[in-house]
Amino acid sequence: MQIARVIGTVVSTQKHGKFEGAKLLLVQPITPDDKPRGTALLAIDGVGAGVHEKVLIVLEGRAAGEALGRKAAPVDAAIVGIIDHVEVDGDF
Amino acid sequence: MQIARVIGDVVVTRKDENLTGLKLLIIQPLTPEREPAGRTLVAVDAVGAGVGEEVFFVRGKEASFPFYPVEAPVDAGIVGIVDHWNLG
Repeated sequence: MQIARVIGTVVSTQKHGKFEGAKLLLVQPITPDDKPRGTALLAIDGVGAGVHEKVLIVLEGRAAGEALGRKAAPVDAAIVGIIDHVEVDGDF
Repeated sequence: MQIARVIGDVVVTRKDENLTGLKLLIIQPLTPEREPAGRTLVAVDAVGAGVGEEVFFVRGKEASFPFYPVEAPVDAGIVGIVDHWNLG
């Protein structure tokens, strides 16, 4: 799992049927000290996250499909939690 | 999943039989600011996308799920066409 920040919303009308009703969010993976890491990606929202929130994402298909509550969904990323805060040891 | 632009298509005559009938497209992953992000790749199309469209795609074995029970040997697949996105 990774820490990410929600940076936007995505609207798609023509999509695979397993996405029906799912909320798609753009998330930017970040380091524990809140710096962007890598390219932004799309994740299914399983917890009601909103723009600007810091979230926990899974980047693996089966876990993401479970977050969506559907088997064999063609997804590879999902938001599974909204982070209250992150604590990092100063030496890390 | 990532946003990408469809920039071309690929025609393959001799192929794995489980790829029969599948449309293969060349896509360029994009940043949310529409800049190219990394290398282009070939993805199988599950939603009727075409060249020039902005799409989102999935990586990994999940790309084959739209074609179940056929076990398509693919590792990237277009699963939606993006109408628009908004940055917060």
